[in-house]
Amino acid sequence: MIKFNLFVLPFSLGLIYIVTSIVMHYYRWIKALPAVDKVKLSAGIRTPSKVLASLKEIFLEGLIHRKLWKRNPLLGYMHMSFAFGWFLLIVMGNLESRVYHGAYINAPYYPIFLKFFIHDRLVLFFEIFTVPAFFRFIMDFLLLFVLSGLVLAWIKRKQSKWFGMKQTTMHNFFDRVALSCLWLIFPMRLLAESYTAGYFHGGGGFLTQNLGNLLVMITPGPAELIAYFFWWTYSLVLGLFFIMMPYSRYMHIPSELLLIVFRHCGIQPRKWGSSFSDLEVRSCSRCGVCIDACQLNFAAGINTIQAVYLIRSQREQYIPENIAQTCMLCGRCQEACPVGIKIDSLRLIKRREIGSGQVSDFSYLTNPHPGFADVVYFAGCMSQLTPSIPIAMEGIFKEAGINYLFIDRNGSICCGRPLMLAGKDKQANELIEFNKTLIRQTRAKLLVTSCPICYKVFREEYNLPIRIQHHSQYLLELVKDGKIALQSQHRRVVYHDPCDLGRGGNIYQAPRELLGKISDLEPVEKDRTNALCCGGSLALMGTSMRTKDEVTLDALESLLAGDPDILVTACPLCKKTFSKLSKTEVRDIAELVYDAIPSRKTRIAGTVKDPEVVIS
Amino acid sequence: MDNTVIVIGGGISGLTAAGMLAQQGLDVTLLEKENETGGHLARWDRLFPDRKKASEVLDFAMEGLNKVKIVTGVAITGISRQDHEFTVSTNLRDSGYGMQDAGYQSPVPSPQSPVPSTQSPVPSPQSQYTASALLVATGFDLFEARKKEEYGYGIYNNVITSADLEEQFKSGRKVLTSEGKTPGRIGFIHCVGSRDEKVGNLYCSKICCVTGVKQAIELKEMFPESEVFNFYMDLRMFDRHFEELYYEAQQKWGVSFIRGRLSECSENPDGSIILKTEDTLTGKPLKMTVDLLVLLSGFVPSGGTRGISKMLGLQEGTDGFINSADQHSQNNLSGIEGVFLAGAIKGPISVSESVADARAAAAQIACYLSSFKVTND
Repeated sequence: MIKFNLFVLPFSLGLIYIVTSIVMHYYRWIKALPAVDKVKLSAGIRTPSKVLASLKEIFLEGLIHRKLWKRNPLLGYMHMSFAFGWFLLIVMGNLESRVYHGAYINAPYYPIFLKFFIHDRLVLFFEIFTVPAFFRFIMDFLLLFVLSGLVLAWIKRKQSKWFGMKQTTMHNFFDRVALSCLWLIFPMRLLAESYTAGYFHGGGGFLTQNLGNLLVMITPGPAELIAYFFWWTYSLVLGLFFIMMPYSRYMHIPSELLLIVFRHCGIQPRKWGSSFSDLEVRSCSRCGVCIDACQLNFAAGINTIQAVYLIRSQREQYIPENIAQTCMLCGRCQEACPVGIKIDSLRLIKRREIGSGQVSDFSYLTNPHPGFADVVYFAGCMSQLTPSIPIAMEGIFKEAGINYLFIDRNGSICCGRPLMLAGKDKQANELIEFNKTLIRQTRAKLLVTSCPICYKVFREEYNLPIRIQHHSQYLLELVKDGKIALQSQHRRVVYHDPCDLGRGGNIYQAPRELLGKISDLEPVEKDRTNALCCGGSLALMGTSMRTKDEVTLDALESLLAGDPDILVTACPLCKKTFSKLSKTEVRDIAELVYDAIPSRKTRIAGTVKDPEVVIS
Repeated sequence: MDNTVIVIGGGISGLTAAGMLAQQGLDVTLLEKENETGGHLARWDRLFPDRKKASEVLDFAMEGLNKVKIVTGVAITGISRQDHEFTVSTNLRDSGYGMQDAGYQSPVPSPQSPVPSTQSPVPSPQSQYTASALLVATGFDLFEARKKEEYGYGIYNNVITSADLEEQFKSGRKVLTSEGKTPGRIGFIHCVGSRDEKVGNLYCSKICCVTGVKQAIELKEMFPESEVFNFYMDLRMFDRHFEELYYEAQQKWGVSFIRGRLSECSENPDGSIILKTEDTLTGKPLKMTVDLLVLLSGFVPSGGTRGISKMLGLQEGTDGFINSADQHSQNNLSGIEGVFLAGAIKGPISVSESVADARAAAAQIACYLSSFKVTND
């Protein structure tokens, strides 16, 4: 049996190239890991549960594309047909080749081009129940499966909206070449196998045999030569695709596999970058889901800075400053990313490079002893700009009889996060140390903050030995413990999830539960992980106020679609941002809670006073 | 085209222009949404830089109005145009015409105020007025200081606006804190709602600087022992005698000026206000306690300006004020034939500038109605 022909060479060379390349990439990524991460990796791959979890995720995300299915079934099916279909073609093709070849080791090209080498005919009727016939059927079925995805991919080029995507990525040269190859691979295979089956009157399945018979009938010229031509083309586009792969978006396929393993071993992105982040960069499929998720795109028309372009410029070793800085770090793209890339941390790595050189002078800070208390209340500097919030919180502390200390009553020392968002971690750490000392001195067991921005940094960077709560959690606890009794005001409210509380702090339920007790909470279209940013993000640098306003107005339109009485949020920055442009009253959840205490003795927070009473 | 004019807005600009036009023999109707004419000026005590009584300026403007048909308490519901004739439809703002609505305090006690003799009889709830020319003088509103929540207006009792202070001056009473005490230390905050992108207002309101200086002097006159601080970004003493007033405030009255924008304030248990700001000349953060805080609220386009602008399709600038056909030589022309502009509808402007601008508008309208060319087109 002949098992070689010249046309297998392009494929074989391509395969050798890509395998070598992947091995080298893997080696480099693993070798460059920080020592701590290497330990995690080697421990992880020896832990069966982690290996199983990795394999499960590889199967679900790498082959089935579960997240894309959830996003849009057509998009999910398209990706699944390519990934899972191709994977099954390889597996089944290998099994099929065993039928005709008993050796343990085949040349890698052999199963791929099996139909070139094998063209036996089914002679008798009952042979359709034999193993070869089964494989013919299954291989044709799988080919059809992949081709159906290909047809969808073509449609998606023109009608991306049907796939739940308004905008798609602008691709570069290598991507386009690789994409063209990818699109040609399966039609070439179909034609090659069909012509072969048609010429030999056998060897094909329901698809290739029938198509082959038809093609041979209607095309003039020597069918054998035409078939041979298509075998060459098939091999060439496969080989070219493999060679293009490391330079194109398709490198995401092998990269993502390793990334999943890394993640299951507990490896995290590092502040100054590590090979984990390099791997994340290579794992981006440039699908462009992040473009649609980005409010700067759909609300403000900025469409050059999204995650996919950040990552691409990172891959090209140069991130323009505006791409790093023009971002609200709201986390929406991160939430939408089917690969689960920590996009915000990638952007912050670049910001740290930019921001680390600058110096700040904190010599004006003094450190008087704050006093002692059970609960430390840190309003945060944003709450200083919305005094209704700390006034409400103090009222509630008093009503509940809490031994509390309003640690930043007379002006706060910044929590450090705004500096971190600007990449100034070194400077932020000075403030963090300062605040840590202050908080520790109080000997409190609980730190409550009104600001989700502070909440996030307290939890992630402070390493405090005490509990940390956002006021929405704390107030709910006070209610549950019977410390405060609330009476619903039955106002129709909608709740806006602040980025740093929701996506950043994973607190979605507490504010909703609380609002359910004191108001008539109505749903909004985009909430929880899909919630919109208010537009006031401190992370957004180098853009005009107009851009922020456009984002805010768009978010307001969505939130106020049901014309509620009050727009409630749980973040002073969101409140301030929305208040500027909202025609509907905007309040913090703490203000509403305070208003809902029927027995309250202290002044109602934020109530508009009559200017006439000011002066006697 | 006949000699009829409708003036929309009965503030100082509208009144001045209406008077000028009527004196020239034109048939003038003035429409005012409030129940009294006089606009912001009617609520103001004294004017910079010479501390002239606002009521005197208003009285002067009112003198020429005996031939003007003045309709007050009406809302404009629509404006249509046929050839050279405009029809303005109005509706009564509240059912009890002639009665004062619940929240509205008459700025000028009526017995002394010059009630125009030709005030029209009670109009039916819906009326229509026609004219060959329209003068839009719908002016400004004061920036809603509550929008700067961090400044505590509407939250802390001892935070007031410059307009609140002026009403106190006008009432003749002593300006005291909400606790009824003499304010020992008073702060003025400049640029509240002006030159502040965070509230969406990029422009300078122009007259607040000198208002702050004037009011600081007036408080020092009232309380020579009190300290008065002005927190500013720049002091734009743009007109005649303003700089002298600023010098006088410092040299004669000992008013202090600190270059720094207020960041935020909070309230002490005794009701005094803690200011958190920065002295940008020394580059240091600064904290100060004051007994009374005065916010110098800036200008925003008035609700009337926004409404009329939509009806007529006037050119709105990015700041929301109305653009004239040409800021230099056609500043009273709206770009729509027969529609003219006067006063603070075009942006922040002082009383003296309003008067001059209104007269210019009146002259242009008179030219237009006599078929003199008012444009170069």
